[in-house]
Amino acid sequence: MVAVTDSLSAAAGRSTWSVVRIGFLVAFLLVYPFIADPFWTVQIGAQALFLGLVALSLMLLAGLAGMVSLAQLTVAGIAGYMFAIFGESTAPISLHWPWWAVLPIALAIATLAAALIGAISVRTEGIYTIMITLAIGVGFANFARQNYDIFNGFNGFAGVAPPPLFGVDWREPMPFYYLSLGVAVLAYLGVVYFRRSTFGLSLQAIRDNARRMEALGFNVTWHRILAYCLAGFLAALGGIFIVWFNGRISPGSISLGPMIDILIIAVLGGLRHPIGPFVGALVFVLLDNFAIDLIDRERFNTVIGAAFLLVVLVSPDGLLGLWDKLKAFLAKGREESGR
Amino acid sequence: MQVLSRRLLLAGAATLSLSVAAGPAAAEDTIKIGVLATLEGAFTVLGEDSMRGADLAFEQAGYMAGGKKIEVIKGSSDASPDSALRAARKLVEDDKVDILLGPLSGSEGLALRDYAKTQPQTTFVNGTSAAQDTTLRDAAPNFFRFTTDGVQWQAGLGTYAFQDKGYKSAVVIAEDYSFPYSQVQGFMLEFCKLGGKVPEKFWVPIGNKDYSTIVASIPDDVDAIYVALGGADAVNFLTQYQQGGGDKPMIGGSITVDQSVMGSEARLGKEYLLGTPSAGPIADTWDDPRWRAFVAAYQKQYPDGFPSPSLFAHGYYTGALAIITALNDVKGNLGDDQKAFRAALAGLELDTPTGKVTLDENRQAIADIFLTEVTEGDDGKLYNRVVKIIPQVNQTMGEPRAEFLKLGPVSRTNPECP
Amino acid sequence: MTRTGQTLLLALLGLAAAGVVAAGAASMEVRAGKEVRLFLLTFLNGLTLAGLYFVVASGFTLVFGLMRNVNLAHGAIALLGAYLGYDVAKWSGSWFLGVGAGFLATALFGLALQTLVMRRMEGEEMRQTLVTIGISIVMADLMLAIWSGTTYQYQIPDFLFGATPMPWVKVYNSYRLFVLLIAVVIGVALWLFLNRTAVGMMIRAGVDDRAMLAATGVNVQLVFALTFAIGAGLAGLGGVIGGSFLSIAPGEDVRYLLASLVVVIVGGMGSITGAAIGALLIGMAEQFGLAYSRTYGVVYTYVIMVAVLALRPQGIMGRRG
Repeated sequence: MVAVTDSLSAAAGRSTWSVVRIGFLVAFLLVYPFIADPFWTVQIGAQALFLGLVALSLMLLAGLAGMVSLAQLTVAGIAGYMFAIFGESTAPISLHWPWWAVLPIALAIATLAAALIGAISVRTEGIYTIMITLAIGVGFANFARQNYDIFNGFNGFAGVAPPPLFGVDWREPMPFYYLSLGVAVLAYLGVVYFRRSTFGLSLQAIRDNARRMEALGFNVTWHRILAYCLAGFLAALGGIFIVWFNGRISPGSISLGPMIDILIIAVLGGLRHPIGPFVGALVFVLLDNFAIDLIDRERFNTVIGAAFLLVVLVSPDGLLGLWDKLKAFLAKGREESGR
Repeated sequence: MQVLSRRLLLAGAATLSLSVAAGPAAAEDTIKIGVLATLEGAFTVLGEDSMRGADLAFEQAGYMAGGKKIEVIKGSSDASPDSALRAARKLVEDDKVDILLGPLSGSEGLALRDYAKTQPQTTFVNGTSAAQDTTLRDAAPNFFRFTTDGVQWQAGLGTYAFQDKGYKSAVVIAEDYSFPYSQVQGFMLEFCKLGGKVPEKFWVPIGNKDYSTIVASIPDDVDAIYVALGGADAVNFLTQYQQGGGDKPMIGGSITVDQSVMGSEARLGKEYLLGTPSAGPIADTWDDPRWRAFVAAYQKQYPDGFPSPSLFAHGYYTGALAIITALNDVKGNLGDDQKAFRAALAGLELDTPTGKVTLDENRQAIADIFLTEVTEGDDGKLYNRVVKIIPQVNQTMGEPRAEFLKLGPVSRTNPECP
Repeated sequence: MTRTGQTLLLALLGLAAAGVVAAGAASMEVRAGKEVRLFLLTFLNGLTLAGLYFVVASGFTLVFGLMRNVNLAHGAIALLGAYLGYDVAKWSGSWFLGVGAGFLATALFGLALQTLVMRRMEGEEMRQTLVTIGISIVMADLMLAIWSGTTYQYQIPDFLFGATPMPWVKVYNSYRLFVLLIAVVIGVALWLFLNRTAVGMMIRAGVDDRAMLAATGVNVQLVFALTFAIGAGLAGLGGVIGGSFLSIAPGEDVRYLLASLVVVIVGGMGSITGAAIGALLIGMAEQFGLAYSRTYGVVYTYVIMVAVLALRPQGIMGRRG
């Protein structure tokens, strides 16, 4: 609630125009499922929201704390796996515990795993993180594939669904969309708030100069691990949506390809502002679905790789950065023509 | 004059496309079929050949079935079940295809089987996915498989190895996931029943390419090695086995000694490979007019394709052929939730390039399986000669269904006969 | 870490390795010959696989040491070298020409990558790393388009094919022994190059302090470009010699990349000696895992990595900061 009022007051500080714009965006997001068919509601709308959520967790780590972790999808995957392992699935080793126990357990274990990944990787610095988290993520996917007692090996788990709470089937297009929207918006506002909190500010200070913060008496390691926990929790939330969306999870869901996808989404959108990951996710999901109709699907990876490369080369701040540049350019043009 | 006629043509086309977009009457004249295969990732080449198989069948039918036009929309996955699901959702929910043909690999098939249950308005026809459980346990009422599964593919092999080759014991070397598990079951069912022993199974983790230590671990006191590896893994294992001084004769899984392996320019050891038996749903050099016609049509249509259609082209061709045949039977009537069409599919007695195919009560194919042996051709190249055709193999390998189900799902440790 | 510390650690590792062999030899008298043979063969397999890993990873660590550039396209470059070398070997009929072509072509590729792309974003380590990810995705896809999914394997020269008589294990794969030899030669050559030539000393000076090196009037860009070329060339070379006993297929790029990553994380970024130690540990872990605990063989390398990171975050031979 604090986050909401905070962002509202922040919005009030801006021009009326930007308030109107935000109002339009919110209204559009709310009526979207009524103008879109089920496919556009779920596969495009909801998927962009929860993939954006996982990418948001990377934005929090990379943008605020300067740690690019490729293992955010691994954390999401652990949450999804735990939901399937403790809850309902068609695999005989699922424990069938009630959902109100399973959900917090899944989120807690995934957050804990994130802390562990953080503890392993924060002791080294900067670009090491990307390598170490890459190796950890692939190592975990390999382990899940080989282990049948807990992770059901290569087959993984199928028949995973959201709990039928309040008599609603949450996997139906509209409920699923609104649930994704609600959680994504809350997470977004949370990150917006977090950026300006004391902890968030010290994280950014650590990102900019860790040594100085250490000299000032800050426990840099703990700050970073805590950042991994927070980001891990967001990723875990996203992971629950991923497993509900697919209805299944297997080692392929957490392998290198999807891990890199999250990085692509975050970088494509831009790591500077929490809206970036959602923009990136929308573009990625649209490309993923419709590239086959526009170009040869066989070269999809060239297209997505080249798009990613172009964004990194041209605009380090992603599509958001491009948008800002465009705006600045247009404003300049207006000024000149006005003269 | 030419300009005028072109303009007329364009106008005609415009009204036609308008009417297509406008009325349900027009939509009924077109049947949308989605084809899903792996056009990205490591299986791209196989996915492309699958598409060739499907295209060939539609091409031969002139893109018409039951008096209606067929519109084909393609989808692609990277062989992971998640990507197959996403592509299938797009085809079914956005493109609104009436029939979906695919997917290519086993775990994708299981994922689509589950998805099919949530989309009762669409009929799913399998491509080449060969996981046993897709149709054996928990089958979906609108999922039809006109190809045989990984267990069926090995029919006759265990018996041949035991009786004709005289191997009394063998160790298994296979990749550690579900497709090889089912291949091993297919082999061991017969081999163990006759009294053969499998003292050890070497399940090699996916991604391992160095087989030298596996080669060193193979015990001396067995008669043969049963190898269910494909592609690069088969090539690596075979060359390293040669170099490690291995001399146990081999029994091959369905993709261990196929053209992609024997055609690779690695030192596999010609002398060693000669006489290696294997079994599968097709045999490249089967001397039957139906198969020869299929191969000729494939070669003519796709000069850039494989020298001979792969089992993926064959599987998708068979699926497409089933769709076309059933549509012709019901005169393109997909009304009443496709009831008539599905009944026609279920009751088909399909004449395919590899012989007769019918479906059992779970909509799973009963078809012929080819037992082959590696032989040297006149040109010095290796190929698979048909030794025997195992007629009309069903999913329970001839056992009563209840008995067969009691065996339980395949795994690392099921079956066993040490 | 001091020199003495490094030497001590090396000695310890050497002792450990000797202990393993001694234990194997000792158990020979107790156990049946077959098991000893398997043990020794596994040891040799681990040693020779480590040779391959060292060749690929040494290029990775060299580039990182000098430029702080985490080149995640390293695996894709290795696969590119394998494909190009294969085409040349097939066209010329000479395996050795293929080896040379694999090295040269990827070295040129690395040179182009450094001068055309990396130089534009010098000092922006994260951006450079992201760029290499994008490049590796595009490269993998284009290689699939060009060489399709077919499996290739080099035809190695006859004198390298087959088995060499060895004590205890009777015979051993000749080519793998040759790979080990190449790895040792490259290791020694790199050591001589870095320690005994002017360019090598510049590189080492650059590793220690880039700003100082530039201040002494050395053309740093030239040194960077050269190092990147050698690093990429070593990847390509690794691709060729690996493609001669394993095979060349899509997906191998990721395998080479992950092996390099784990090797240098364990060994310590930027250290050639570290790469050798890391390669040994990882090669052994993979092969002993396969022989004695097959199911989790693929996981052990990662367990070692995490264990090393927990005890020495900078890797066995790595330096802090």
